[in-house]
Amino acid sequence: MTSNWLLPALLVVPLLASVILLVAGRRAESWATWFGVGVQSVGLVLMLGVLAEYKRNMSGSMQLVVDAEWVPELLVHFRLGVDGISLPLIALTSLLGWCAAVYTVRRVPEPGRARALVGLLLLLQVGLLGTFMALDLILFFLFFEVVLAPMWFLIAFWGSGERRRAANTFILYTVLGSVVMLVGFLIVIVKTGSADMVALANGLGEQMSGNAQLAAALLILGGLAVKTPMWPFHTWLPDAHTAAPTVGSVLLAGVLLKMGTYGMVRIVVPTLPDAMVQIAPYLAAFAVIGILYGALASYGQQDLKRVIAFSSVGHMGFVLLGISTLSVVGINAALFGNIAHGIITGLLFFVVGGIKQRTGTTAFASLPRGLYASAPRLGFLLGFAAVASLGMPGLAGFWGEFLSLVGAYHPAVPEHLFYRVMLVLAAVGMVLAAAYFLRVLRRVGQGAASQATMDDVAADEWLSWTPLIALTVVLGLAPVLVFQVTDPAVRMVVESVAGALP
Amino acid sequence: MTIQSIDLMVLAPTIVVALGALVALIAELVTRRGQVAVGVGLVTLAFAVPFALAASGEQTLCGAVDADCAYVVAPLSVALQLIVLVSTAIVLLMASSDIAARRVPGGEFVFLILCSVSGAVLVPATNDLVTLIVALEVVSLPTFALVALRRGEPRAAEAALKAFIFSIASVAVSLYGIALLYGTTGAVSFNELAASTQASGPSPLATAGMVMLLAVVAFKIAAIPFHAWAPDTYQGATVPVAAYLSVVSKAAGFSALLLITWTFSAWSQVWAPVVAVLAGVTMLGGNLLALRQRLAVRLLAWSSIAQAGYILVPLAAVAGRLEWGPGVTNAVVGYLVAYAAMNLGAFAVVAVVARRTGAVDWADYRGLARRSPGLAVALALFLASLAGLPPGLIGLLVKVRVLIVPVGSGVWWLAAVMAVATVIGLAYYLAWAAQLFRQPDSEARPSVAEPETGSWTSIVAVAICLALTVTFSIAPSLALGLVDRL
Repeated sequence: MTSNWLLPALLVVPLLASVILLVAGRRAESWATWFGVGVQSVGLVLMLGVLAEYKRNMSGSMQLVVDAEWVPELLVHFRLGVDGISLPLIALTSLLGWCAAVYTVRRVPEPGRARALVGLLLLLQVGLLGTFMALDLILFFLFFEVVLAPMWFLIAFWGSGERRRAANTFILYTVLGSVVMLVGFLIVIVKTGSADMVALANGLGEQMSGNAQLAAALLILGGLAVKTPMWPFHTWLPDAHTAAPTVGSVLLAGVLLKMGTYGMVRIVVPTLPDAMVQIAPYLAAFAVIGILYGALASYGQQDLKRVIAFSSVGHMGFVLLGISTLSVVGINAALFGNIAHGIITGLLFFVVGGIKQRTGTTAFASLPRGLYASAPRLGFLLGFAAVASLGMPGLAGFWGEFLSLVGAYHPAVPEHLFYRVMLVLAAVGMVLAAAYFLRVLRRVGQGAASQATMDDVAADEWLSWTPLIALTVVLGLAPVLVFQVTDPAVRMVVESVAGALP
Repeated sequence: MTIQSIDLMVLAPTIVVALGALVALIAELVTRRGQVAVGVGLVTLAFAVPFALAASGEQTLCGAVDADCAYVVAPLSVALQLIVLVSTAIVLLMASSDIAARRVPGGEFVFLILCSVSGAVLVPATNDLVTLIVALEVVSLPTFALVALRRGEPRAAEAALKAFIFSIASVAVSLYGIALLYGTTGAVSFNELAASTQASGPSPLATAGMVMLLAVVAFKIAAIPFHAWAPDTYQGATVPVAAYLSVVSKAAGFSALLLITWTFSAWSQVWAPVVAVLAGVTMLGGNLLALRQRLAVRLLAWSSIAQAGYILVPLAAVAGRLEWGPGVTNAVVGYLVAYAAMNLGAFAVVAVVARRTGAVDWADYRGLARRSPGLAVALALFLASLAGLPPGLIGLLVKVRVLIVPVGSGVWWLAAVMAVATVIGLAYYLAWAAQLFRQPDSEARPSVAEPETGSWTSIVAVAICLALTVTFSIAPSLALGLVDRL
């Protein structure tokens, strides 16, 4: 195929751009942000190219595959590809990266240094896209790690409050997770003699003995669970979100967390099906605890960003619940939930960042009341994103959570009764989510405006937020746009698990 | 064995380096310029490289392939020789500005360092215990003088003495071990020893001898608990000498360890647990104690202790289902190659910064990105590599390569310890890297002192290390597959 250069180009363009910014020196400060928008736009165009080349009727198999031997000593191939599981996430990453770049043009967070900021955002993009494209375990791990340093810098240098501590907690916690994951990968590689994710998923992984599968699956899941984050490994997240600058929070919640759940669907479920079937009920239990905990903890927070951070724990709980059913519906729901959460929470963090920029705070105690009155459009967007986030039918947030409950009603795993209980508890969590977001809206939105005037949504904000708003509505009304891509690939995954089911 | 069939060409790398040492000493006496000695040293090392590469397959000093010859070159030894030669060249470049500024006498410095190198080139090709110990002592003895060779620095003498006493003690223990081994097996040649270990299991005496033999290695690689000399000695010595100790001298130690473990591979159930404990304690202890350091050189000293722990891991994992072989040696050599590039790079930047601003403390690195962006980016990359964090890909990949060995052989606790140690290590590398990019304190210290003459050579040293680290990161096979390419 001639269009195979598209995926490497998606990685090379931001990588080269960040090197250019590094080399350009201080004179780049003035044009760095525009340069960032340009590069992300090129990325978006390349992404459209990928979408055009992508054959929807062949969603179950890898497309646009690139394969070159890289480090034979470690069996590492530079192997990239895209299928129905990764395509939506790659598209989401490109889009959010573009939104963040546009947002940065006029809103470089303190202390400035736009060149470094844009360079790091581009580097982050390389890691995120690479993670979703990699078809080699070690390569996946490398891209997984590429993300860390830029995000650490983003939080530690452009953050606020206890940024340094939050940044360190973030990186040490997630590195511990990824090292654990690496050990799991190495077990798989040593036992099967291959790091090829496609071959492993197509039956090579199943050849491992039961104990080896279980050990590898526990380690890999443990590592990915830190990233997701799954309760009780979530403790790094609220601090990181609170301290991170707006674009950092958007990408953190919007894309970074998805690396964890993506890894589960891409690697653990198809490669280690026997172990996955054993672990699935426990995963479901952790997921549901996360849903309830996220909802309750959100209710208790005194800071807008922390509310959203804990709500993320809950939303990712639904994604995990979907995965744990190992059913076609459940995993589809998980993948949809990933995308929906990325879009909606991205938007939420943008809006909250906007509020913070205007008021200087996100703490309830010092936030002025009456946002609806003082800045009606901003207030509307907060309300819109919050309602979307709590799973209102007709908006994108609904399908992922609803269908993951449907999946839990018909799990592929035999423990039906257990999953029914989980279903009920998760549904309670959904209701609680409504409670905390309504509390936020009442606290921030309603009331007499204590601040007479506040700048409403500016043109550049509209520009960077509109795609997210539009997608929230479009995917809410036509979820099939995502499902038609994910479904064939998910069926392949579920098929590989089918043999492991009793 | 007939004595007339000696093939001196095989010994050429050592001979070239030893002759070069003499020429360098004389050249400085004649010209009265230390820089000339450095030039001679660099040329010498450049000459030695093709001689080292000329050895193809397995060659012995004794002409025909003679298993008991005292000196046997194999691809593995060539790889280690290359590491030594190239690393020393970088160290000389770093030292050149100290010499130009007359802080250290050039002729003596180059003479001593080349003397030490002639031993380091010898070590990986030795084939019996006596030659091995002699070669290791050739590496060590000049380094004590090198450490002390620092004008106007009273701590240097103390530092040298410390290293000397530790060295003497560890060599004494090792010699005792050799005596025990000779007493029980009647052999000093590696092949005979290997044959006798395969013939019979380890007797208590031989076991004791073998473990004691490891003492000299543990000293050289500064493995805990034989590490106590390293931080003080690194700090007392000039930065290039510290770099030499942490890379070349350590490489000699690992060469010796590879030979010893190969010889006794039949008894791996005896020594592997010892090495494993050494590795575990060294990784954890080195990283934990590095956390508290705030002086650049001391931090690098503790970091290089910890790194030595990682390099021990593959050998330690031989205990499980794994045989001593390329799977183990390639991991060790690969890590050594990457370690040489990234660690020398970090030392080179420290040398430049210390010379320009007198900075030794972390706080002095604050805002380095503003003052000298190139140096800051280079140092950040070296630190990221040492930590095993992208963009320092090679540092990460060699850690993966090392970690795969205990995972493959089922030594789980070692894999777990290494995982934890890596995370701890990340903390201080990152904290240092963060300093570089913080806004400089407005009035704390004078930001840039006058750059001194000759410091361009240390910039070249940084550039070479940077180029190597980047190249290895793009093409990791160059490091990981070095032995197979020779």
